[in-house]
Amino acid sequence: MVTTTITDAVPGMTAVEQQPLLVVRDLRKHFAVKGGFLGRTQAVVQAVDNVTFDVMKGETLGIVGESGCGKSTTARVIMHLIEPDAGEVIFDGQAVGHSDGIGYRELYRNVQMVFQDSYSSLNPRLPIALSVAFGPMVHGMLRGAALERAASVLGQVGLDSANFANRYSHELSGGQRQRVNIARALALEPKLILLDEAVSSLDKSIEAQVLNLLFDLKREFDLTYIFISHDLNVVRYISDRVLVMYLGKVAEIGSVEAVYTNPQHPYTQALLSSMPSMDPRRRTEQAPLTGDPPNPINPPSGCRFRTRCPFAEDICAGTPPRLTSRPEHGISQQVACHMHDPSSGHSRAMATEAARP
Amino acid sequence: MSQDSILSVDNLSVRFRTHEGIVHAVNGVSFDLAQGEVLGILGESGSGKSVTLRAIIGLLPREYASIGGRVRFGGREIQHLSNEELNAIRGARIAMIFQEPMVAFDPVFTVGDQIAETIVRHDGASWRDAMRRARDLLELVQIPSAKRRLAAYPHEMSGGMQQRAMIALALSCNPQLLLADEPTTALDVTVQIQIILLLRELQRELGMSVIFVTHDVGVATEISDRLAVMYAGRFVETGPAVDVIEQPRHPYTDGLLSSTVLSARQGHRLNAIPGAPPDLMALPDACSFAPRCRYAEEQCLSGVPALSPITRDHATRCLRVGEGRLEL
Repeated sequence: MVTTTITDAVPGMTAVEQQPLLVVRDLRKHFAVKGGFLGRTQAVVQAVDNVTFDVMKGETLGIVGESGCGKSTTARVIMHLIEPDAGEVIFDGQAVGHSDGIGYRELYRNVQMVFQDSYSSLNPRLPIALSVAFGPMVHGMLRGAALERAASVLGQVGLDSANFANRYSHELSGGQRQRVNIARALALEPKLILLDEAVSSLDKSIEAQVLNLLFDLKREFDLTYIFISHDLNVVRYISDRVLVMYLGKVAEIGSVEAVYTNPQHPYTQALLSSMPSMDPRRRTEQAPLTGDPPNPINPPSGCRFRTRCPFAEDICAGTPPRLTSRPEHGISQQVACHMHDPSSGHSRAMATEAARP
Repeated sequence: MSQDSILSVDNLSVRFRTHEGIVHAVNGVSFDLAQGEVLGILGESGSGKSVTLRAIIGLLPREYASIGGRVRFGGREIQHLSNEELNAIRGARIAMIFQEPMVAFDPVFTVGDQIAETIVRHDGASWRDAMRRARDLLELVQIPSAKRRLAAYPHEMSGGMQQRAMIALALSCNPQLLLADEPTTALDVTVQIQIILLLRELQRELGMSVIFVTHDVGVATEISDRLAVMYAGRFVETGPAVDVIEQPRHPYTDGLLSSTVLSARQGHRLNAIPGAPPDLMALPDACSFAPRCRYAEEQCLSGVPALSPITRDHATRCLRVGEGRLEL
């Protein structure tokens, strides 16, 4: 049986020839924690460590993980709101920040971001029409035309411009403010939108409305989304593929169908079975994991999940697992776990091999 | 009030006086809570679920909040008690846990000191005995190396550990009633399930009654024996958790359950409830869900519907369902 490590093929995609809209290669961001005498570096937070994935045009890639797993940092590093320490971000075939690639200005016209806190991401002194028109104006559109564009995108997110254009952000509800933020992202006619916990602070009934809006906009404008959330149910609903992060590393990536129905990484399995049961007759009887996620400052050596993993062995402490895929199973999934790498020497790696039909 | 109920709330109302007007936060909440029962109050922000909890235990600022109705705890009316009289009940017989554990703890004292202080204050135990009990409590809430953790300051603990320590603090005087205000909302999903299971285990072991407030249908399902769904300051549906989840009998509950992404299929729009919750300063004298309800009719606008029973313990505040004219 052959198991190959392929980093260039995208799991879940049959058309390999298609060029990904966004390519993220070995992205790394470590933060130094300074303190003490002379403000020396005391420790390093390995927020994002060698993260690699592709986003195909027209798909929604969900990124899930617990707090501190680096999912938001990943988004910010892709946007170069935080400079990466290493790695590449390639948008539509052009490397970001390279002399022969795509500049930041051009990147921001094509990639926009919506944040969790709808209030702090809007200027409280600007009426919302101006907030929305601000982006196009910065990119050279005349004020009149930009305001027209603002009125039209506000209409598209369900905020009647006659009623809302001159209001200020504090006059709006949370759901309405998040619509404004989506309108502002749309105003530049981007190809890719990064949604960083964009619906997480909304009430369920409002969240459903905004998810429907995102669903409609994606169809209408042929958008691509990266949808970051801690809410596994929402990610399952909205995404085509999902990437599971744990302490700055990719644990598993694959189609939503594959990852949710057949999770391969012990962390993904634990995460999914930690979700509260929606069936009062079948409540959860045992917590899959004990304790909290470890601090991303000085994470465990080797596989970062090993300290909470029921299958951890010596090999897991020694070597970080590679992201491995098994294309011959037709399962569009890549997993970073020694148990799924027959050459790793993990005792279960062989067992799982033998157990497979 | 039935024989075995430990808490009985009758027509509770809370009004807040603000500069803009009077906010009608809670508008006639009534229920009985049996000994050893877990009631989940499910609602969105502004529905009045947290205010209900705080009104029961007398935590609302008396300058701004006017509270109506009656609250009977252990056979005694407690809504008119002074702060001093309430202090003998709060922390001793009724305890509360919050979303943010850092709110419950004083950052400048160790966890052990704070738990022991509560025990000394309410039970008059000696400091040594109190410390010993504090250690037992930390073990009860499954904090590893409890003895060492007694000397820890709250900020030295992780979020899940703080939440466990707060539960230990709440249980320090063996309360008969535990009020839980979204205690798992700020936690990661793998930690949340641990805390839910811990609370369920402790509740069963100690025979406590619990009121658990949450906005999360899944969390409510995991913990509750009975559910009350709250909207605009009123219970709109009450019943055994199994019945409410499997057979919702109010259009709002139905909408809430079907607007969760669980029931939706990938690649299809969600069945979302349109509109937004009503303005609590100007509540209509009508069904407050009517403007968002697709089943609303003329009759729904004439007066607030009563919470009427459909079966022995399942009730709805919907005219059409109540009269058997609407199947959801």
